Amino acid sequence: MNILDPQGPIAAANKTILIDSIAIMLAIVVPTIIAILAFAYWFRQSNARAQYLPDFAYSGRIELVVWSIPTLTVILLAGVAWIGSHQLDPAVRVEGTGSPVRIQAVSLDWKWLFIYPDQRVATVNSLTVPVGAPLEFELTSASVWNVFFIPQLGSMIYTMNGMVTRLNLRADNEGDVQGLSAHFSGDGFPSMMFDVHVISPLDFPNWVSNTAKSGAVLNADSYRELARQSVETGRPVYRLDDPRLFEFIATQQIPPSPGPTLKTQSAQSYLENQDAR
Amino acid sequence: MLGKLDFSAIPIGEPIPLVAAGIVLVIILAVLVWAGVKGYFPYIWREWITSVDHKRIGVMYVLLAMVMLLRGGIDAIMMRTQLAFAFHSDGFFPPQHYNQIFSAHGTIMIFFVGMPFVIGLMNLIVPLQLGVRDVAFPTLNSVGFWLTATGALLVNVSLVIGEFARTGWLVFPPLSELTYSPGVGVDYYTWSLEISGVGTLVAGINLVTTVLKLRTRGMTYLRMPMFCWTTLASNLLIIAAFPILTATLAMLILDRYLGFHFFTNEGGGNSMMFMNLIWAWGHPEVYILALPAFGIFSEVVSTFSSKSLFGYRSMVLATMAICIISFMVWLHHFFTMGAGPNVNAIFGIASMIIAVPTGVKIYNWLFTMFGGRIRFETPMMWAVGFMVTFVIGGLTGVLVAVPPADFLLHNSLFLVAHFHNVIIGATLFGAFAGYTYWFPKAFGFRLHDGLGKTAFWFTLTGFYVTFIPLYAAGMLGMTRRLQHYDVAEWRPWMIAAGVGTILLTIGILFQILQLVVSIRRRDELRDATGDPWDGRSLEWATSSPPPAFNFAVMPNVAGEDAYWTIKSKAKQQGLQAREPDYRDIEMPRNSPTGFVCAFFATVMGFALIWHIWWLVAVGLVGAFATFVAFAWRDHDEYVIPAAEVARIDRANLAERRAAINQAEIPA
Amino acid sequence: MTDASLAYGHVDPHHLRGLQDSALGHEGPASKRIVTGFGFWIFLLSDIVMFSCFFAAFAVLHRQTAGGPSGAELFDLGSVAAETAFLLLSSFACGLASIAADVRSARWYQTAMAVTGVLGLCFLALEAREFASLVARGAGPTRSAFLSAFFTLVGCHGLHVSAGILWLLTMMAQVYAKGFRADIQRRLLCFALFWHALDIIWVAIFSMVYLLGSAV
Repeated sequence: MNILDPQGPIAAANKTILIDSIAIMLAIVVPTIIAILAFAYWFRQSNARAQYLPDFAYSGRIELVVWSIPTLTVILLAGVAWIGSHQLDPAVRVEGTGSPVRIQAVSLDWKWLFIYPDQRVATVNSLTVPVGAPLEFELTSASVWNVFFIPQLGSMIYTMNGMVTRLNLRADNEGDVQGLSAHFSGDGFPSMMFDVHVISPLDFPNWVSNTAKSGAVLNADSYRELARQSVETGRPVYRLDDPRLFEFIATQQIPPSPGPTLKTQSAQSYLENQDAR
Repeated sequence: MLGKLDFSAIPIGEPIPLVAAGIVLVIILAVLVWAGVKGYFPYIWREWITSVDHKRIGVMYVLLAMVMLLRGGIDAIMMRTQLAFAFHSDGFFPPQHYNQIFSAHGTIMIFFVGMPFVIGLMNLIVPLQLGVRDVAFPTLNSVGFWLTATGALLVNVSLVIGEFARTGWLVFPPLSELTYSPGVGVDYYTWSLEISGVGTLVAGINLVTTVLKLRTRGMTYLRMPMFCWTTLASNLLIIAAFPILTATLAMLILDRYLGFHFFTNEGGGNSMMFMNLIWAWGHPEVYILALPAFGIFSEVVSTFSSKSLFGYRSMVLATMAICIISFMVWLHHFFTMGAGPNVNAIFGIASMIIAVPTGVKIYNWLFTMFGGRIRFETPMMWAVGFMVTFVIGGLTGVLVAVPPADFLLHNSLFLVAHFHNVIIGATLFGAFAGYTYWFPKAFGFRLHDGLGKTAFWFTLTGFYVTFIPLYAAGMLGMTRRLQHYDVAEWRPWMIAAGVGTILLTIGILFQILQLVVSIRRRDELRDATGDPWDGRSLEWATSSPPPAFNFAVMPNVAGEDAYWTIKSKAKQQGLQAREPDYRDIEMPRNSPTGFVCAFFATVMGFALIWHIWWLVAVGLVGAFATFVAFAWRDHDEYVIPAAEVARIDRANLAERRAAINQAEIPA
Repeated sequence: MTDASLAYGHVDPHHLRGLQDSALGHEGPASKRIVTGFGFWIFLLSDIVMFSCFFAAFAVLHRQTAGGPSGAELFDLGSVAAETAFLLLSSFACGLASIAADVRSARWYQTAMAVTGVLGLCFLALEAREFASLVARGAGPTRSAFLSAFFTLVGCHGLHVSAGILWLLTMMAQVYAKGFRADIQRRLLCFALFWHALDIIWVAIFSMVYLLGSAV
């Protein structure tokens, strides 16, 4: 999950900006820290060789330099920020090989549901994607806010009920990486980790057809069951009959999923799965 | 009859909060019994609880902050211990507890440690530095303090009766709405902060009016000490920002209590609006905490370098620039909400711009040290520690201000390390520096320097050993608020952070030890001159502690570094000061208004949390009656006759002269 | 003391030259009346910031009717006009009360304050009637985000007016019991500022909420 080990172009570009910004700022910060320690040491009271300048409280020249250094640094970084924000806007389509894969992600309490509307399958806590293809994510939430984040593939984005956010990524190397939710969403939050399997584009259709053969169907009813507050330890997969399911969730035609029940007047109920350990 | 309250609210089945509450209650009882047996109650009531003296109120604010620092610190110890062990395991604290712990940690540290500490120091020192007798509204000052204490009390009561919020310290909806947080936790949070928010606002109004309207003769704006400028800026921010918090939490309360739809998922509510509103308060809040610390460091660096502050004018300009720009950057807290590249970039750039005046300040402190004769007493150690630490924190801040970088680091432990870096570096170090620097002024004896330095080194080292690993874990993708984790690469960093926490704890223990030892040895550490550090501003012209009226005759200020000018002239011209023309002095009378008002506020807050409506009415009526009773008094001031003023002043001057003469007699 | 040279402290170490001595100089702390008035103004500004949050929420949420009624369908501009008239006239009466306090006429003061209070109560009565009718029509604050924002903004103003009336009665009692003492005069100043500020907020409310809202 190392962000300094990107596995896709978005993550690589984010990382480049990260490293470059740090380098630019270190060029100022390191000399400043050295100066702080050096002045503090040299001008200590016991150092008879240091010159005491009690009236040295103003210097126009120093003021000019002192305002200029941070200003110039900020101008440089501002350019990086402006250009980077536009190039790495999550909503901007990513180029790739093969046809784009549309993935509709829904954050539930406390698991991730990934719907592949074009392939008519859905998975929970496991994302399988072909290497090199543009991945077009639409995201929403069943209840509270979460953040969809695959550190080695790039930018994170919020998921919110009643709204759709967009993210575009690409995975450039076959293998497994991990994703998580990066916004606290309640008692089962730590369990919102998910696997990302990046496979060859030749294997992808096989994966789709194997998943579609799975007995379980994802429709409004099974979705409602899934959306109740619980932690999911397995990796269930589903066949998707109606590709408009995501739209129903995002527009609240399927209402937001319910919260916990009250255990007592004062305290809400505890997550059952966690207690039974 | 008792609303939602019943015996199930007490956590009988949960040993940790029960034992903690038990220990706290025993300590409180022990202190009360000790005070009662020694006969201290009348003194405490008369001289402290009902006091409207800014010096007493300032000390009480700082005391509140230090006690709450222990509570918030224990929360932190629990968190770091949990994370050191909760690898492939549930750790010590199941999520329902752990989530309360980190929510309480943040809430307490910001609202009941950071705010009271800086407000306390500003209250204590600003009137002295301005050469006046008190703040603009002394009784209101007392009300403000006691309402803050009410908020702290309510948060702590949630440990024993009911539960605290399980949402994080900023209670974002929809998680904080009734649907997803049906317990009383979020209500404890909202009412506690609504009440203490009134207290904070009152302090803000008081200090702004004091700085702008109450300065001694000759003290023009550009002759004020830097600490007064940062007080002005910080309190202007309080006045402009805290009403936003009040309104936003009120909207959440309406959603939870009356079924409104401000932030709900249903009914057209907009949870993104909460994000915007709360951070429109939240970002100025961190500058409210940082600016007074900058002011403290200006005083400390200047005094201990025996030099005037370098670049005073640009410091003033930088301070007011930070004040204004801090209102223009709030969106950087949610770049990943998807506002689009233009909006993100603009707010990112604005956030970087605020680093410019901050950088200027660092360089001005640097050049204050240049050409100085630096004495490394404890406050100066904190200052140098701050300069290095804050610069690193500022770097990581500007880093996450670049949206594409933030897209990888938002909400990660990198972010957590960044904000602790700046808040501990600035506010905590500044609080400790100010506490050590002004302790002799408040109490008449210095703190033991050796123990102070030991505390400093443990705290500084402990800080780095705790938080550098968190920067690393954030780079490895670890997010915040995890109760347990299964990623092996994160574990060593969590253990390292745990070790750092031990060092930080030792640092705090040394602070406590320093206080105990200093009280024991106060005669050796006595400050008889009132000016133990060879200070430059007017608070050092008074005795330690100052008399109730601060200055027998309000000084006439002729230049910057007002007291330094006075001292230099006196030394140069060898003058024995002519005795001033003593007059009668009118001082405000003490009043129980603040304490009683807060009592009713506590009752009201508790009743609102538990839906005990009749008790809410009792609280409201009681609070109103308190105000009317206060308005009805005929004697709000008392007179100290000129003869008494003269007697006190002569005694102080004699003591000072004796101490100076003793110091100058060769051994 | 240190051995640092106590050279005569440079009066102008930062080369401020003329800036440090402004033409006004500085005569010392301001009088109690100025300090009190200034502090209260700052409080009013903070209260306006709070109201502006409710205005902002209204602006964000005013189209979120969740399938329910909108402002145009609900607002009775005649009633709003009457409320405005009551409030503006009460401000006028409050102004008269301030003048009476200046010339220390208890009789005129109490009369003017009573008129202020009655007009304020008429305002509140009309507002309460409007709220009750909205709730009865199924357009209460729980119906939609728009209505939540409406009731909160207008209701918050109404709560301030109610608190103001409590304050008004207290001031009438104070003057009756103790006359025009200096500290009571300072409180009258604050009360008047408060009452007029509520009027200003109302102008913003009826413009933004009722007039603009009806056009939606």
